[in-house]
Amino acid sequence: MSMDTKRIVTASINGAEISVMADNRMSLLEMLRDAAGLTGTKEGCMTGDCGACSVMMNGRVVDSCLVMAAEAEGAEIETVEGIADGKNLHPLQRKFLEHAALQCGICTPGFLVSAKALLEKNPDPSDAETRYWLAGNLCRCTGYQQIIDAVRDAAAEMRSSAK
Amino acid sequence: MKPLQFSAPTSLDEALSLLSGAGDGAGVLSGGTDLIIQYREGHRALGQMVDIKKIPELNVLEFDPASGLRLGAAVSCAVLGEFAPARRHFPGLVESAELIGSTQIQSRATVGGNLCNGSPAADSVCSLMVLNAVCIVAGSGGKREIPAVEFMTGPGRTALQAGELLLEIRVPPPPPNSSDAYLRFIPRNEMDIAVAGAAVALTLEDDKRTVKTASTAICAVAPTPLMVPEAGAALTGAQMDDAALDAAARASEAAANPISDMRGTVEFRIHLAGVLTRRAAVIAKNRAAAN
Ligand SMILES: Cc1cc2nc3c(=O)[nH]c(=O)nc-3n(C[C@H](O)[C@H](O)[C@H](O)COP(=O)(O)OP(=O)(O)OC[C@H]3O[C@@H](n4cnc5c(N)ncnc54)[C@H](O)[C@@H]3O)c2cc1C
Ligand code: FES
Ligand code: FES
Repeated sequence: MSMDTKRIVTASINGAEISVMADNRMSLLEMLRDAAGLTGTKEGCMTGDCGACSVMMNGRVVDSCLVMAAEAEGAEIETVEGIADGKNLHPLQRKFLEHAALQCGICTPGFLVSAKALLEKNPDPSDAETRYWLAGNLCRCTGYQQIIDAVRDAAAEMRSSAK
Repeated sequence: MKPLQFSAPTSLDEALSLLSGAGDGAGVLSGGTDLIIQYREGHRALGQMVDIKKIPELNVLEFDPASGLRLGAAVSCAVLGEFAPARRHFPGLVESAELIGSTQIQSRATVGGNLCNGSPAADSVCSLMVLNAVCIVAGSGGKREIPAVEFMTGPGRTALQAGELLLEIRVPPPPPNSSDAYLRFIPRNEMDIAVAGAAVALTLEDDKRTVKTASTAICAVAPTPLMVPEAGAALTGAQMDDAALDAAARASEAAANPISDMRGTVEFRIHLAGVLTRRAAVIAKNRAAAN
């Protein structure tokens, strides 16, 4: 075992291989924000309750505050910064704007990552399915209805453009 | 926080040698949904974390009609939920595992971690108990088996000894005409800790009406999840009539020994233990009859 208390963590982040120095006490959230400079991922609670820190890790959505940075070694991470295609917003991002599904915006990156994971698994989620999937993402501003509407509208658009 | 060592061993031997003699200062990291919070909030002073998710033996997930389910301690609830044989044969176990936290938590949390964390409200544990699950653990002295009903010994305490690792949970194959169910009460629809919970596993006679055997357990109403053999006995031989269901509910109420806290009072929890036992029994019976 290495007696080191920090390490170089190499992970694929939004498709690019990135190596950063991370203290072993650091969370993946802190690694992304403070070491990799990717501040799109937000910190809300640090206890797995709010989902503001949601990222994809090896194909599943996780709370990055509840992942140790050292666990990301060799992992594939996708953050909100990877959702748009260059200057072209992802349908979810456009629909969030159209439906006014954000006010302060702190929860938005987490909702986008989590909603994108939902639509990859289920392209036509019902209202209830959308609400259950997103139950780990909290929003203190919108009241959720606009978010649910935006996600289901984006799903409809993505289904029709996939035809 | 003092400096932390971190390792992710790829073999069981390596993990056991890291843990042997390390005592409380070493934390086993599975999904981390309990451990990382306890560490960060200062409830666990760790000098070392040992990530067990890269150990092949701990990732086993198999079902065999003759030997039952093997659920590796590092298998996440999300992966378990996607495993069709588990959903088919143990729907109650799967529904209890799927109640743990949000989508994000599901991606990480394990049934093994739920057991080892030792919470009186751990959702998947009652299900393991009523299914007669057996926990396979390993330490420097070799492997041993601990029945799930004996695994938790008090709030936050388990039968694991220092340096021991939970490897996998084995659930025996269900006899014909069997099924199970788990229900909990929480104030909202998702993302909360049980105020009370109840699990029932039962087998019907060939008439698919009469209960041949039944076992029930309740959680969040005592220092550990609790088997209620009197409730199982009340259901056995009956046809889920009101008298049998009432008797089972009374037995769970009598066994419950809860505390009052912000989630619920003693009286409310005792009442819930009965109601949830009754409803879970009906669900398990309907599932078994449809098998
Ligand atoms: C937002 C949120 C919501 C939650 N909701 C619920 C809920 O609804 N119901 C519920 O029951 N729980 C809930 N939990 C608690 C937690 O998610 C569960 O207890 C989960 O099953 C723990 O699994 P884990 O793999 O993350 O465990 P870890 O955090 O990795 O480990 C838990 C404990 O067990 C030990 N351990 C883990 N694996 C082993 C092993 N193989 N051998 C020896 N020791 C081991 C660890 O050292 C630690 O002490 C919630 C947690 C959060 C953050
Ligand atoms: S910051 Fe991670 S869930 Fe709130
Ligand atoms: S927009 Fe402010 S928390 Fe959601």
